[in-house]
Amino acid sequence: MWSSVVEVKYKVGEKVKVMKAYPLGHVRTPFYIRGHVGTIERLCGSFPNPEELAQMRDGLPAQPLYRVRFLQNEVWPDYRGGPADVVEIEIFQHWLEKA
Amino acid sequence: MIERGHHDMGGLPAGKVEPTEHDYAEWERRVDAMSMLMGAQGVTVDERRKNIEMLPPEAYDRMSYYERWVVSLAQALIQRGILTTAELARKMSDVEQRG
Amino acid sequence: MSDRGKYRPLSYFQLMEVTLRELLVEKGLITEEQVNATLEDMRRRTPERGARVVARAWVDEGFRKRLLENGSKACEALGLDVPALKLVVVENTPQVHNVIVCTLCSCYPRMLLGIPPDWYKSRNYRSRMVREPRRVLAEFGLEIPEKMTIRVHDSTADMRYMVLPMRPPGTEGWSEERLAALVSRNAMIGVAVVQRPATS
Repeated sequence: MWSSVVEVKYKVGEKVKVMKAYPLGHVRTPFYIRGHVGTIERLCGSFPNPEELAQMRDGLPAQPLYRVRFLQNEVWPDYRGGPADVVEIEIFQHWLEKA
Repeated sequence: MIERGHHDMGGLPAGKVEPTEHDYAEWERRVDAMSMLMGAQGVTVDERRKNIEMLPPEAYDRMSYYERWVVSLAQALIQRGILTTAELARKMSDVEQRG
Repeated sequence: MSDRGKYRPLSYFQLMEVTLRELLVEKGLITEEQVNATLEDMRRRTPERGARVVARAWVDEGFRKRLLENGSKACEALGLDVPALKLVVVENTPQVHNVIVCTLCSCYPRMLLGIPPDWYKSRNYRSRMVREPRRVLAEFGLEIPEKMTIRVHDSTADMRYMVLPMRPPGTEGWSEERLAALVSRNAMIGVAVVQRPATS
């Protein structure tokens, strides 16, 4: 669909870490998940970067977007619930590193 | 103070969820409709989200959902040069005087 | 803040809405007809659309599989017009309960469920659902047993989510229409389950 393609780096099941960074501008990686480690649940596809779209630029090349699964008791120090409870979040590839 | 956007509230302490609903007023629905129509002309939801995120915290908290969205749409139109501040001022003044 | 009634002067924001509309029409960028047509389209998008999808998944195993694999494609195959909706359907099971939130704003599968309710967009829901789902669900009257797993989906990018609730017992042989009528919007968000019908 979009002309130039960014290589898809991560596979389903792979452990990834969300960058611990706090940049300015429009960001769709929630504050609470930065620095945390999760597993790739699926590749959603590649989409124009919303951080750039927000600045009236075209957001191309499209970036790989994943759903990443995190164990709740690893995200929250005081989590009260089941040990297998998870939160699943869509995160763009440029926010992820190999864990 | 600035590393975390005021809108980026996942995980922050908050009160009981009041299951309130309201029948949306016509003006509110029209905000949605105009946003969609202008979206088809390239005014992205990302720009509008960014504008909402840049609202001062008190304004963000005190404005209702559609109040935030109509303001963010207006800001986006000004940012793109589709409307100017002067045009907005003139028209707002005219409409108000008409009653 | 509450809606303003018809007989009060326009609020600053209502004034803004009228102003934008008039300017955009004057500039030939939109027409009143387009606004009205869009409002009509929006009105037709009610949770009943989502309920139809759920009912079909309950009676048709092949559809259920396709729905879980590619939500948008499955909805389109059902004749539902869901332009640009990238739908992910997550399935409740006896072991797993799913619930949807958008912590950053209020992303919601509008093309399928219509306009989201106030509470979904509220600070309290958006803040707490990711961190203490069981307590928030309990506030909705839904107790999830400890041995079940909760999956919270935070709608942060291009995907939109819908929960496929479990089909309640006591509905064997029911028509799709009758099944769909059981499915509430709240069940498709994940803050409710579909109740077993009261026996008559």
